Amino acid sequence: MKIVATKPQMLTDAHMHYCPGCTHGIVHRLIAEVLEELGKTDNAIGIMPVGCAVFGYNYFKCDMYQAAHGRAPSVASGVRRVVNSDNIIFSYQGDGDLASIGMAETVHACMRGENITVIFINNQIYGMTGGQMAPTTMPGEKATTCIYGRDPKVYGNPVHMSEMLATLTGPAYIERVACFDVPHVRQAKAAIKKAFQIQMEKKGLTFIEVLANCPTNYHMTPLESMNFVKTKGCEFYPLGVYKDITKEENK
Amino acid sequence: MKKLWKGNEAIAEAAVAAGCRYFFGYPITPQNEIPEYMSWRLFEVGGAFIQAESEVSAINMVYGAAGAGARAMTSSSSPGISLKQEGISYIAGADLPCVIVNMMRSGPGLGGIQPAQGDYFQATKGGGHGDYHCIVYAPSTVQEFVDITYRAFDVADEYRNPVMIIGDGMLGQMMESAEIPPMRDLSTLPNKDSWAACGHSDGKQRLINSIRFEADELEAFNDYLFKKYEKIAEKETRYEEYYNDDAEYIFVAYGSVARICKAAVMELRSEGIKAGLIRPITLYPYPSKIINDTAKKPYVKKFITVEMSKGQMVEDVRLAVNGAKPVEFYGRCGGNVMMPADLVKLVKEGK
Repeated sequence: MKIVATKPQMLTDAHMHYCPGCTHGIVHRLIAEVLEELGKTDNAIGIMPVGCAVFGYNYFKCDMYQAAHGRAPSVASGVRRVVNSDNIIFSYQGDGDLASIGMAETVHACMRGENITVIFINNQIYGMTGGQMAPTTMPGEKATTCIYGRDPKVYGNPVHMSEMLATLTGPAYIERVACFDVPHVRQAKAAIKKAFQIQMEKKGLTFIEVLANCPTNYHMTPLESMNFVKTKGCEFYPLGVYKDITKEENK
Repeated sequence: MKKLWKGNEAIAEAAVAAGCRYFFGYPITPQNEIPEYMSWRLFEVGGAFIQAESEVSAINMVYGAAGAGARAMTSSSSPGISLKQEGISYIAGADLPCVIVNMMRSGPGLGGIQPAQGDYFQATKGGGHGDYHCIVYAPSTVQEFVDITYRAFDVADEYRNPVMIIGDGMLGQMMESAEIPPMRDLSTLPNKDSWAACGHSDGKQRLINSIRFEADELEAFNDYLFKKYEKIAEKETRYEEYYNDDAEYIFVAYGSVARICKAAVMELRSEGIKAGLIRPITLYPYPSKIINDTAKKPYVKKFITVEMSKGQMVEDVRLAVNGAKPVEFYGRCGGNVMMPADLVKLVKEGK
């Protein structure tokens, strides 16, 4: 018998608490796979958010921090000053954490060009607290605090983080990816790998936005929620590379 | 060698001498000399400084640096300290050491930038959410700020607890002669390898965390914290007694106000009135025992708590005196500072 795939060694055996069909587990695995391929599992440091990934430290074997809501980039900045520059540092944050309460911390970590990697899970909703409107909830999308769908005239407009942060000088690499089918999962993995490689070259902040689903709070089956991300999600939040200083350097 | 130091700058250099290599701050009057000094000084000694985008961010940078095992610090003034409370609660919840300086200004709200002591409750009773305490020092001279800042990092490390040092604009801005202790050899600082999350490669995860979802686990942590506070109270309580051997009228005051009370004590004694002072140096743990013991002395007539507030520490004085003697209060607010003559008059008229 030939083993063709195993659980990454960097992940623990803890039973994940994520809902069935949620892509958090996929992204966790991608991070672990990439760090293993880069030989960086030993000295990596993860900063977890408040939100669905609050218990993420249970799933990674490396040193971990659980940060206050939205403050992961600041915690990462403090850690970065102290530890060896070869240590990989990543924060893992949802849309409420990163784009609402932590907007200032996100923007300023980008402005400083902190040599960290930010993994941004954009599922357009507050998952852990039960489906409230997020800063990324799309117009017309329903949530428990906009039950008839988000009307921008009443609730304000959603934010496109990757596009906005790409206007700043500090970030080195920004890409929006998704995990709704195998080709896109592979693309997401390539993006995460590139982000960590740029960090290893100490070129500045790398930001990977993962367009994610939330079947529980969308009130959809996992498949329906994947399809929602594939169609409406990708239409409103186009996938692609928004900033890449390695390309600019090669020009 | 003694040199003339501005209070804020003396604190900064004392922190560097104590082995602090990381400072994260945000401008606010009247503490700006601390981040300004650190912004160039720390790079000279191989450390780092970040001017954060907010006090909220700065205290979370402290959380990160302290979690990675470094001696880290932030400073601010009243409204900024309010913003740091979330992070201070997390630091307490994650059992991390750090030093926080609050050069108090008058409030509430934006208030004014002149001296005040209106943050006593915030500093000593928690400030942020949940059951926790900072260790709180209230020095009254520039030299004492230096000595306490130097020691604060050791105390923070020993108990893995945030230490807050409070002063006011008067103390932060005044210049006095002070001697900075020798630079600590960083290799002699406490080893934090067993818990600091700085990217170990030994296969054992270090976790900096304040979430405890299991009720019994969290209650056990609450119990652990309060056992720690009992030990701190036993070992770290500090106060100064001033002319208390035969005093009938006892002032209780801290920080800059205690210096004004000392002048009043001398003036009253020159007129034959036996006055004295108890000056708490730690505000948490509070030196209740000396106040309680003093209250039992038969010749003590009353206590007069003097603060630049509407009366906050006076509640702890009343608890310590426990009805044994009258406890009066005199306070000025808004940045106004009492004169020794005000206190002399108060004692003479109330005799």
